[in-house]
Amino acid sequence: MIPISWYLLLSAFLFACGVTGFLTKRNIITLFMSIELMLNGVNLSFVAFATRMGSLDGHVFVFFVMVVAAAEAAVGLAIIISVYRTRETLNVDRVNLLKL
Amino acid sequence: MNSFFQYLWLIPILPLAGALINGLFGKRFAKSMVASIALFFTGASFLVACAQAYALVNSGVDAVEPIYGTWIRVGKFSVDFGLYLDHLSLVMMLVVTGVGFLIHVYSVAYMEHEGGYYRFFSYLNFFMFFMLTLVLANNYLLMFVGWEGVGLASYLLIGFFFLKDSAANAGKKAFITNRVGDFGFLIALFLLIQHFGTLRYATVFDIASHFPAETTAGLLTAIGLLMLVGACGKSAQIPLYVWLPDAMEGPTPVSALIHAATMVTAGVYMVCRSNAIFSRAPIALLAVATIGTLTSFFAATIGITQTDIKRVLAYSTVSQLGYMFMAAGVAAYSASVFHLMTHAFFKALLFLGAGSVIHGVGGEQDMRKMGGLRKYMPWTFWTMLIATLAIAGIPPFAGFFSKDEILWQAFSSPHGSKIFWILGVITAFMTSFYMFRLIFLTFTGEYRGTQPKAHSAHGGHDDHHGTPHESPWLMLGPLVLLGVLSVVGGWVGIGNRFEHFLDPVIQKVSVEQNIALTGEASATPVSESEGAGESKGTEQLLMGISVLVAFSGLGLAWFLYVKRPELPAQIAESAGGLYKMVLNKYWIDELYSAVIIGPLVALSRIVLWQTVDQKVIDGTVNESAVAVGNVSQLVRQQQSGLIRSYAGWIAAGAAVVVAYMVWMGTR
Repeated sequence: MIPISWYLLLSAFLFACGVTGFLTKRNIITLFMSIELMLNGVNLSFVAFATRMGSLDGHVFVFFVMVVAAAEAAVGLAIIISVYRTRETLNVDRVNLLKL
Repeated sequence: MNSFFQYLWLIPILPLAGALINGLFGKRFAKSMVASIALFFTGASFLVACAQAYALVNSGVDAVEPIYGTWIRVGKFSVDFGLYLDHLSLVMMLVVTGVGFLIHVYSVAYMEHEGGYYRFFSYLNFFMFFMLTLVLANNYLLMFVGWEGVGLASYLLIGFFFLKDSAANAGKKAFITNRVGDFGFLIALFLLIQHFGTLRYATVFDIASHFPAETTAGLLTAIGLLMLVGACGKSAQIPLYVWLPDAMEGPTPVSALIHAATMVTAGVYMVCRSNAIFSRAPIALLAVATIGTLTSFFAATIGITQTDIKRVLAYSTVSQLGYMFMAAGVAAYSASVFHLMTHAFFKALLFLGAGSVIHGVGGEQDMRKMGGLRKYMPWTFWTMLIATLAIAGIPPFAGFFSKDEILWQAFSSPHGSKIFWILGVITAFMTSFYMFRLIFLTFTGEYRGTQPKAHSAHGGHDDHHGTPHESPWLMLGPLVLLGVLSVVGGWVGIGNRFEHFLDPVIQKVSVEQNIALTGEASATPVSESEGAGESKGTEQLLMGISVLVAFSGLGLAWFLYVKRPELPAQIAESAGGLYKMVLNKYWIDELYSAVIIGPLVALSRIVLWQTVDQKVIDGTVNESAVAVGNVSQLVRQQQSGLIRSYAGWIAAGAAVVVAYMVWMGTR
């Protein structure tokens, strides 16, 4: 039996990778993937705790997160395509129309 | 009470209806339509007033008081919408509606060529409404409403030619000067509410009648003096008379109606109405008489030197109002109201005549540029001559009876004094002199005016001003009617009939109280009907003196302005400084502007405007706006538009939250 702390360490590592990627990368698609990474990091700690406590709540939550993430991916990719078509770039620093 | 008196409300409301119709829709009406509306409503009001007066006199009751509903009720204190008709308000009501109607008729022709025709008649009707409210109210608060209303109408009408700076300023001056007086009146009302618990005339006078006469200053004296302040403002007495001469900037019918015949007598009316209070406050009475006497004297001296025809009449009005105050101040209220009535007739006539003259010579108001108008405008001349004879106090014209009554009362009343009488007689002499000076300068000799002018100040009708011309009949009609009244108006006073007519209004202070007043047992009220032969003799002697004085004024004016017209200039020359002082109205206007207005304006400018307004109020608002702006300037750096910077902040925030939770958990 692998102790839960390993799972949690892996989960924290994944999440930290996501955050770092999100803060350092400029390409919108990379940002998008970083978000997925963070979500999955959290999912991992959900299932780890659920297994440890013998409860189904965590598993159900994970399914919710996956469904929402899938929906978000669909909408997000559509937005990305639209951004690319109008601005011909995927660099987030140049997508700043709402700036004062 | 006869139910007929329920219709008393029609008298003030009819002019209001006229004012509203003309004021709201008059712009689209033809001039004749505007005039008909104004005349119809004032005429109807006059007819109703006549019917009511007739009914009251025949009903045998002293007063009727129809109440139409409650206006204000606070705890035990309540004020009604109620009217009050007794013999005093009856006289006032008839004078206001009657003279007012005649002046409306006159204005139809006089204002024909002026702009704002509908506005003029709307204001004029508006004035009638408030004036009738003032005289018919059954309580002091409603009277105050009328009091303020006539002030407003007066302001609007003085400033009628509002494009002229001087007219606009004169309107403001009248309004602001009246505010000073209203302040006193208001405090008197507060004192009444505080100590009497009501403002209704009948109750107030009933309570007051249980007060003993005050030999020292007390509540009634305070109320009386404060009311006097109000009356001084409205009736143009020292020290608040300065607005009335300037008020002559208004159209001449306005001067006749508001600033001679009716509104300015409101103060006299108030003092006479409050006789129950004044009669018990001898100090207040003395103040009334002193102010009245001084005003009549000084205004008459100024009147002698003025050359503007309307200004002479204005100072004469101030002077005559002083007479009325003198009479009221010696507790001869009926003489005061009597003079008020006759004065309304002859002074309205004088102003309308002056208007006719101004109209005839194309807007010129300087008497030095008139002269010889008698042959051009005979009707105006004869009617004005009648009015002048009346104001000068020459029998059997109206002014003789009332002025003689006042002088006799000033001499003989227990509140009177020889000094009042002497000053009164000198004033009568000056009155006669300056009035005949006006007549001689205007109507006799040769015409000194300039020949046809391209532009007349009077506007519109300079096409036929080669020579002076007589005014149209619509203007002469009122002159003639007022002329008749100026002759016969005084006859009602023969045999003290007028005095007895007002008897029910005047509360007699009982004999013991009179003794307390004067400290003498012999001070029973002097009444001519029971007077001894000696007092009858004295009265006739005094009457002789006042007639003599009137004729000598006439004679002097004739000598100086007809016989030796070069003399007045020489006299003015030799009088030097004195003449200059009187000509400049004792520099009272200059004094006021230096002592009161200047500091007030400076205070307002430096303290109120530049400090309180600009620094404190504006400062608070502007500084808080600037502070918010500065903070925002800092915070807006956050909104960089860089998604990663936003994300960084979110991450940092999340880290802080997590750290906090961990810290909380480990505690």
